[in-house]
Amino acid sequence: MTIESLNFFPFDASSLMVALPEIFLLSAIVVVLLIDLFLTERFKQVSYYLTQLSLLVTGILSFNLIGHADTVILSNSFVLDGMASVFKVFMSGATMIALVYSRHYLHEHGLYRGEYFTLILLAVLGMMVMVSGYSLLTLYLGLEILSLSLYTLIAIARNRAVAVEAALKYFVLGAIASGLLLYGMSMIYGISASINISEIAAFASAADLGSRETLILNFGLVFLVVGIAFKLGAVPFHMWVPDVYQGSPTAVTMFLSTVPKIAAVAMLVRLLIDGLGAMHNYWSDLFMVLALLSIAIGSLVALMQTNIKRMLAYSTISHIGFIMLGFVTGVITGYGAAVFYVLAYVLMSLAAFGMIILLNKKGFEADMISDYKGLSKHAPWFALVMLVIMLSMAGVPPFIGFYSKFFVLQQVVDAGFVELAIVAVVFAVISAYYYLQIIKSMYFDESDKEISIKAPMDVQLVLSINAILILVVGLFPDYWMQLAISLF
Amino acid sequence: MEGMLLSLLIWLPILGGGLVLLLGNNRAETARWSSLAISIAIFLLSLNLWIDFDSNTHLMQFVEKSSWISQFNIHYHLGIDGISMPLIILTTFSTILVIIAAWEVIQHRTAHYMAAFLMMEGLIIGVFSALDAILFYAFWEASLIPMLLIIGIWGGDNRVYAAIKFFLYTFLGSVFMLVSLIYMYNHGDSFAILDMHNLGLSATEQMWIFWAFFLAFAVKVPMFPVHTWLPDAHVQAPTGGSVILAAIMLKMGGYGFFRFSLPITPDASLEFADVVIALSLIAVVYIGFVALVQKDMKKLIAYSSISHMGFVTLGVFALFSILKMGQDGSLISINGGTVEGALLGLEGAMVQMVSHGFISAAMFLVVGVLYDRLHSREISTYGGVVNSMPKFTGFAVLFAMANAGLPGTSGFVGEFMVILGAVQANIWYAVLAATTLIVGAAYTLWMVKRVFWGPVNNEAVNTLNDINGREFFILATLAIAVLLVGLYPQPLIEVMHHSIEHLLHQALSSKL
Repeated sequence: MTIESLNFFPFDASSLMVALPEIFLLSAIVVVLLIDLFLTERFKQVSYYLTQLSLLVTGILSFNLIGHADTVILSNSFVLDGMASVFKVFMSGATMIALVYSRHYLHEHGLYRGEYFTLILLAVLGMMVMVSGYSLLTLYLGLEILSLSLYTLIAIARNRAVAVEAALKYFVLGAIASGLLLYGMSMIYGISASINISEIAAFASAADLGSRETLILNFGLVFLVVGIAFKLGAVPFHMWVPDVYQGSPTAVTMFLSTVPKIAAVAMLVRLLIDGLGAMHNYWSDLFMVLALLSIAIGSLVALMQTNIKRMLAYSTISHIGFIMLGFVTGVITGYGAAVFYVLAYVLMSLAAFGMIILLNKKGFEADMISDYKGLSKHAPWFALVMLVIMLSMAGVPPFIGFYSKFFVLQQVVDAGFVELAIVAVVFAVISAYYYLQIIKSMYFDESDKEISIKAPMDVQLVLSINAILILVVGLFPDYWMQLAISLF
Repeated sequence: MEGMLLSLLIWLPILGGGLVLLLGNNRAETARWSSLAISIAIFLLSLNLWIDFDSNTHLMQFVEKSSWISQFNIHYHLGIDGISMPLIILTTFSTILVIIAAWEVIQHRTAHYMAAFLMMEGLIIGVFSALDAILFYAFWEASLIPMLLIIGIWGGDNRVYAAIKFFLYTFLGSVFMLVSLIYMYNHGDSFAILDMHNLGLSATEQMWIFWAFFLAFAVKVPMFPVHTWLPDAHVQAPTGGSVILAAIMLKMGGYGFFRFSLPITPDASLEFADVVIALSLIAVVYIGFVALVQKDMKKLIAYSSISHMGFVTLGVFALFSILKMGQDGSLISINGGTVEGALLGLEGAMVQMVSHGFISAAMFLVVGVLYDRLHSREISTYGGVVNSMPKFTGFAVLFAMANAGLPGTSGFVGEFMVILGAVQANIWYAVLAATTLIVGAAYTLWMVKRVFWGPVNNEAVNTLNDINGREFFILATLAIAVLLVGLYPQPLIEVMHHSIEHLLHQALSSKL
């Protein structure tokens, strides 16, 4: 064995430029962590602003890489393509919005610590690695960076039993899911003799694939699908979602219900489309079942919730069902529809949790539906904001939620699954009921107590812009639809 | 400006509503006057549609078209013909009345109330003028939002139930329409409604699409047996909400049959015409009897609305038993039916929609006037109102007569035309439909008798003040409209004639 053959890691510093956002972010994490250590209580705000700045720069660096030729570096384990850059921009942006909403909440609930920001940044880093992961190992590495950060983030409210319970539940179930995912990966590696996505793709699409190879690939595939479905929170792997959503501090719930979904979709694309696209007719059947179950259970169970975070958890499950329907179609525009849906979902979900945070007071979580009673009287503007968010989630035009459902349904019908579309819209109507419950609380019920908005201006402003975006992108969705399709 | 008239009519009220919303509820007086100014301006603008309308063509007029969502070939495409134009003017007309009617009555969140009605006006005009199916659907669904809030915020005791029932019922009805629109797009690569008219569809496809459309439109009309949301919504809604609901929103369903069902699925319409006619006749007769036993005035009028809207669907679908189309494209009569007969049915349905828009609005306003004074809709609360409110009783009796279909009022014209058409289809259709003239007279006049005539049962009735200038103005305007259409319907029929004739050919040309 010569020195050359050992040098399996051909290092060309200039090629690392395509990973510049990740490299920058990692350095920024170290800097934020170190600076925070030396900050006195009075200057703790600095770590918040440094975090926002890091995310901003990361976003800009990713934005600059949009349009960069598709490049694979680090022994084919890290890819930069259109989807990677665009997703990274969205993830940085969404995290920034989430942090704006969170700051006030963290202060109010005594959770404002430097570790919080470091962990959020680490989670973002993990997601960026997932988005760019082009080998089974990189993908898994990114996933674990993300997951471990999230477990810790949830447990950051260590005095609250529900938060600790949520963290433990998420950790145990997440570990099982990771295990299943790894098992599936090992099967696929075992038969294809490669952990590289493009080589797996070449192997899976080979014309002379024997029945033994197909069987083992399928075997691994099922575990991959389970792992992905767990991370997305699709039924029947959704058990953790309501408990974790309810138990976590709202700021963490907001983060973990939004940005990681983009990363999970990215992982799905890398593994099942880039890698095992040739096996589409195998996994699309699985997806169809998962999607229908998610839409059905998500819509039905949400009807009975009185806690808005739990309700949003089930609503997320049903949104995930719609996203998976987009992948069932097996065509590029269908994948585009799913990506458009996930981005629309992130926008709506951020705003919804932003509203919950807006109504927070010291030691009081405004997380019951009844807490919204009479909001339209005391805060008409934010009642209107919540109205827009809820109607958008219910899929009522002209808000973005309608166009995302429309796009997915159009693709589903185009692929010949008219029945699927009909079932999906029936459940969409059922789910409209619980969104209406919030509108009812805000507008139709008389309030028994005064509601005052104490959140700082930046939260109010960003939340308002967020809601206006839900309307404006709904009125002019064309650009975003084209963008979503262009990623594939 | 000529080229943007429809856009102005849609967006001015919506933006105006937004401005009124920004005024806030503390400046109620400003909100009232500015809403009135906006609604009058819109009405005057909409009259331009009538003035510049060319009634010698069935082609779309005032067309606007620009790309909206290029990914799906969706356009911002507006245009009107003789079917939609009268309904738009009805909308702009009714909105003024609603705003005046709310003047002193709505003291709670006045600006929001006015804004909701203005926005709804714009959205409904959008429904009637959209020529792109997705644009149509967006307006169709969006118009539910202001109505949901109107019922839920300003409604009666059971308003929450009524508002949510209203929303979910109509939402459920329309999502199937969305799926069938998408289905047609995937076949014809176009969401333009006029392209869908020419899209070839097999018998099975037509059947599914027909029923999807039927569900959407039948809920809105509403037809038996999906009418149950209407009495709830009407009873709970504030007067203005009931007026817009009855006068305009129900017309969206009828309009849908004209614009979508007949031209897009002609063969399925032929096949299922009997079912629709049966349901229409049930609505006309059975719901008429249901109205007879109501104790609540608003509920009575709500049921009477369902019964009268039965004439619309009857007039539309009767044509399939009157005429059919031969191989060479000529119209062949069935059992001696004539083209005039089929046209009478369709035009009668249109006249009935417009006339019902006036009469039901007037009836709900009449109840509103009483409700504002005694806060009761129960018939038994009243009795002998004529003693204290003579002027008001005059109007009320006129509208009651119109509701019963008295010749000389608009209520007569539409129903008579539909019955004349139905005679050619099947004499029994006509006989059954004509019973409404008796049942309708029975429930309306009996209500009038119990409310306005007879002994005074309730002390409070003696203290009632007669209508003020504002109420007089609203009721007088509607009375003129009712009489005008009743005595001289010709201009109304003229503008729609070519469009209806074209529709008749579309409905009879098989796509198979």
